[in-house]
Amino acid sequence: MNDSSRPAPDAQENRAGFPGGERTWPASLDYLEEMRGFVMAVAEEGTLPPRRVSHLDLALEEIIVNICSYAYQTPPGELTIRIEDTPRSFSVEFVDNGVPFDPLSAEDPDVSRPLMERDVGGLGILLVRRIMDEVHYARRGSLNCLRIVVTKPE
Amino acid sequence: MFDMKFEDEAKGRVAFLTGRLDTKAAQDFEKMALSWECRNVVLDFTDLEYISSAGLRSILVLAKRLLPQGGKLVLFGMSGVVEEVFGVSGFDSFLPVARSREDALALLPE
Repeated sequence: MNDSSRPAPDAQENRAGFPGGERTWPASLDYLEEMRGFVMAVAEEGTLPPRRVSHLDLALEEIIVNICSYAYQTPPGELTIRIEDTPRSFSVEFVDNGVPFDPLSAEDPDVSRPLMERDVGGLGILLVRRIMDEVHYARRGSLNCLRIVVTKPE
Repeated sequence: MFDMKFEDEAKGRVAFLTGRLDTKAAQDFEKMALSWECRNVVLDFTDLEYISSAGLRSILVLAKRLLPQGGKLVLFGMSGVVEEVFGVSGFDSFLPVARSREDALALLPE
């Protein structure tokens, strides 16, 4: 699969060869545990170190809660989760057809403020940015696509 | 699964948190903790395996409630990813983190 003499496969072909999968749910927190179970089953079977599996676990909750809370003005919409586990990285893509929403465009909260001035917003995305190796957002047509990546040790 | 038990000491309440303080558990935790009438609280994180931003927010809400009445919230026993989340979020910079239950109780005002 990693034979460098072969031409680089395109993403779709690449995706087909590795563990992963895709499922769609109503974008509702009622399905949080199912969604989490879907991704964690693949992650726990794979080669990610346990600490990185924990990071992934946290990023999942933060992103799913975010999408289910904000992406849809008129629920219920849909949330599709796509997993790709390659020798180099573990990535999860979240696709929803809600209102355009780029969580990465928000400014990080100031984490150095004194207790009584601390706000309660924006923390989830801050955590995701800091514990994931890559976070990408793209608006594709009517879809919000957020992809998180955990790279694997060489 | 999240669970919480507590004991009352002379200076305040010590709560033992177990399992996962996620979005759903955080709502329950916040509701319970805000109903306490004690002035000081110690949270024992020894058996807490997971905390999300919702969990952090519920702890912030509790700390903010205790402070104006001269009370204090002290944490101890955190490790692994929970400790990491506290560091990343900056929560360890404004909430006192003690090394043991005894140290945590010693940090509480009379």
